[in-house]
Amino acid sequence: MEAFVRFKSKYWPDHLLGEILSKRWTETAIPVIVLLIVAFALSRSIDGFLSPVALADQARQAGEIGFIVLGMGLVVIVGGIDLSVGSMWALADFCALYCLDVLHLPVAAVIIVTLLFGALLGAVNGFLIGYLRLRAFITTLITLIIYRSAYDLLIQEHSNEIAAAFPDFPSWNFIGGGDVFGVPSVAIAYAIVAIFGHVFLTRLRPGWHITAIGGSRRSAYNSGIAVRRTIALCYVASGVLTATGALFFAARLGTVGGDVGVGLEVTVLTAVVLGGISLGGGKGSVAKALVGTLIVLLVTNGLTTLSVRGGYQRMTLAAILLVAAIIDIRWLKNRMRIISKVYVTPAYNYLPPPPPTEIGAGGPFEQNDKLRDVSLIGLGRIEAPEDVILDRHDNLYAGSRHGDIIRFFAPDYERMEVFAHIGGQPLGMAFDKQDNLYCCIGGMGLYRIAPDRTVAKATDETNRSWLSVNDDSRLRLADDLDIAPDGRIFFSEATVRYEMHEWPVEGHEARGNGRIVCYDPNRGTTRTVLRGLKFPNGICIASDGQSILFAETFRCSVSRYWYDGPKAGKVETVLDNLPGYPDNINLASDGNYWLAIVGMRCPALDLAWRMPGFRNRMSKRLPLDEWLFPNINTGCVVKFNEKGEILESFWDLHGANHPMITSMREHRGFLYLGGIANNRIGRYKLANADPDFVQYDKRWGRA
Amino acid sequence: MKLGRLSQQGIVFAIFIAMFAGFAIFLHGFATTDNMLALLQNVAVLGILGLGMALVVIGRGVDLSLIATLAVPPGLVLQMVQDGSSLPVALATALLLTVAFGLVNGWLIAYAEVPALFTTLATGLFLAGFGQALLFKLDVVQWSAGLDGFEKLGQGAVLGIPMPIIVFAITCVIVAGLLTRTRIGAYVYAIGDNPNAARATGVPTRPVIVLEYVLAALIGCLAGLVMAASVNSMPTRIYNSTWIYDVILVVVLGGIGLSGGRGGVVNVVIGTLLIGTLLNGMTIMDMSYSAQNLIKGVVLLAAVIADSFLNPRNEETAQQGDI
Repeated sequence: MEAFVRFKSKYWPDHLLGEILSKRWTETAIPVIVLLIVAFALSRSIDGFLSPVALADQARQAGEIGFIVLGMGLVVIVGGIDLSVGSMWALADFCALYCLDVLHLPVAAVIIVTLLFGALLGAVNGFLIGYLRLRAFITTLITLIIYRSAYDLLIQEHSNEIAAAFPDFPSWNFIGGGDVFGVPSVAIAYAIVAIFGHVFLTRLRPGWHITAIGGSRRSAYNSGIAVRRTIALCYVASGVLTATGALFFAARLGTVGGDVGVGLEVTVLTAVVLGGISLGGGKGSVAKALVGTLIVLLVTNGLTTLSVRGGYQRMTLAAILLVAAIIDIRWLKNRMRIISKVYVTPAYNYLPPPPPTEIGAGGPFEQNDKLRDVSLIGLGRIEAPEDVILDRHDNLYAGSRHGDIIRFFAPDYERMEVFAHIGGQPLGMAFDKQDNLYCCIGGMGLYRIAPDRTVAKATDETNRSWLSVNDDSRLRLADDLDIAPDGRIFFSEATVRYEMHEWPVEGHEARGNGRIVCYDPNRGTTRTVLRGLKFPNGICIASDGQSILFAETFRCSVSRYWYDGPKAGKVETVLDNLPGYPDNINLASDGNYWLAIVGMRCPALDLAWRMPGFRNRMSKRLPLDEWLFPNINTGCVVKFNEKGEILESFWDLHGANHPMITSMREHRGFLYLGGIANNRIGRYKLANADPDFVQYDKRWGRA
Repeated sequence: MKLGRLSQQGIVFAIFIAMFAGFAIFLHGFATTDNMLALLQNVAVLGILGLGMALVVIGRGVDLSLIATLAVPPGLVLQMVQDGSSLPVALATALLLTVAFGLVNGWLIAYAEVPALFTTLATGLFLAGFGQALLFKLDVVQWSAGLDGFEKLGQGAVLGIPMPIIVFAITCVIVAGLLTRTRIGAYVYAIGDNPNAARATGVPTRPVIVLEYVLAALIGCLAGLVMAASVNSMPTRIYNSTWIYDVILVVVLGGIGLSGGRGGVVNVVIGTLLIGTLLNGMTIMDMSYSAQNLIKGVVLLAAVIADSFLNPRNEETAQQGDI
């Protein structure tokens, strides 16, 4: 049974569901599914629905309407609405045909004049709504009426002249009915505009401004975005896009009938809402506009082709629209709730019974009270020193919760200063040969602080793995690092699925989500070297200079990874089945290694870790704070060697001085202790230690 | 209210007075009792629809299906009587249809949380299609003998005042009473002002929203009955017209913001009077329909722009999602 659980946990990719759902594009999933169902149903009931001719015809209409939907989509995203598109469409249609048939302008001039005319019509809306700040709905409703009556008056005068003319220009005919390899001209134009629109909205600054304004106009204004101009330009864009569609329409049909564009705003609005662009602003994409256009067009055209009677056609259309909208809205509303239910997917994590630690039980982990009498540095003046390090002038550095690196001055460590402000929680630290302090910053990446205190980002992204669903290129929780003799920096990233403050959830899940990443400052590259680790934490270069020792917190083990030499690429376990959760690893003066154990295992979690289904139910049914998490109860420091033998352990039985220990650093006969929940740094006098040991000198030689 | 800070209904009312005075002085035949009654009669149906719309808009919604409720249930009454049913049975059936339709609207908006604009667009389309496909034989449902006496609702008069005006007045009183004198009315304002806050304070927002749409549908049906009675038929193709936009204009011009929670029956009356005066004056001047629309649009635009100068909104005061 347990073998099956282990097998399923290892190979069944249930964690992917939550990751897929967290993708932004799944917001559009429902409209796409509706589109597919509609297309399938119609292709089954209409002969030749998918024939090239029929498709080309659909594409032509889709392109024309699609331009307006893009414009309307833009306006809706910025938080407005444009009801005047139908009337603008009619006027632009008239403008194009009047210029061509009555004024006899060349085709190029007709195109330019029509687009400018569309821009002008849109600019009226834009000026009124953007600069005069009228309400969009009522304003465009009024311009709808004005533009429509202007159109009616104009065609009374000129419709006969236009109807009498039969323009015959190859370029004009190409716009109306031409194609390239069977793809209609309008579809090509639409594709170009749509691709640009997608890049514009998702990659360019003005596009972001538009989404920001739609999301929160006040915040956008307060952060300095030119709200009025941007809004006005969106309406101009809507006018131009509508005129573009109308141009193709004019070239295709060449009519100025009284009903041109009547009720078009309803069709377009339907397409926008069906595609999932939410009224009220801030959400939307080109893909949504396209999908919405296709659904509306397929349904209306399909029903016409099936020669459904007018009344039934309306009922069917309305019913499809409503059902699609209900499902879409439910989906958008509950998507985050579903994600929060399925994202956490606990995995199987077997650990054998831990070695004894009780007093009297013997063995290297036997508890003692050696750390009770440590002297304290910076008590109450520092918060959350996850790691501590000393430079070769004996100054002590530690991170703080406030995003600073604090320096305590030798020799008494009474005087302190903010050495550098970074802005994120500093975790592991290491000095390179040039005295640069490299530091892992949770949520930010790897940072470098030069001796003159200038802070520079070393790296915050690595190569994206091809098969991962989550984008794992960005560093979420860089944890500890060490620097190889040639300057390469190996650092651990504890998890690629959660943020720093969610680390207990990662412990609950106990899946191998962590990795080890190598940053090469000489070449400026960052590569992931090792994946699938269970919360990799401490890292230390081993004595051969070709391998690193790394701790996996939730596997309760320390392993060795060779990055160079004959065993390059190999991983071997050094320490297994530790009685607690290992954290940072650092050099000891006698050539062995110090390892911090941040908390001790408990039988309940050990058992739960073997029952993924149990923890799965727990995470679905219980609030987060009632899940089983790894204990941070008491900790210790142990010394081990590369053969995997524990040599010595140091405990603080009562937890009075050190509620938790996440790091330790040996320096001139003292052991300095850091803990991420502590408000102090401990200093412990080691017996029999080399009183001249300085890590920098040991690693980089005496200067 | 401080002097110089005119509200929108103030501006619209001022424009109405100015226009009324101008027409009265310069237009022959405008300021006569007959014309006044004709003016009111012409806009009474619009005014009744405006009341239904106002109820919904105050609750931060919008009902684009009003024209469908105006056309289909009254058309059903005419059709059923034509087919031999008695008038009470026909009226009861139409009432049932109206209430059911209002419930569907309300459920979709309040419980399924589909935006009101979209819901009523689609349900209006559905109802119109329903009538077209299953209820009516012809686009224009004709009057029949069984309805005799019912035409008084549109063509009768009490003390010389035409019935449509009286119906409009009575509806005004009822809606005003509902909005200002009852707890439900207070809830409608609370929901329109801030739906989340209303819900948090324990207002049964969802049932109240459903009620709004049921009432709006009933008012739309009433307007349709008045209209059918005054023209002795029900031209169901009216659904295809852009009349709904006139209704929205009446409401919004009168000063009921689309963001909800503001305004009342007075605003609808002012908006109706402005539109009525404008249309009446232009009809006397013998303008074409398109030219009338053009001028109507420009006047409306002027009113809205004037409002934005007198009551400027900026990024700090604007309400999010207020389109």
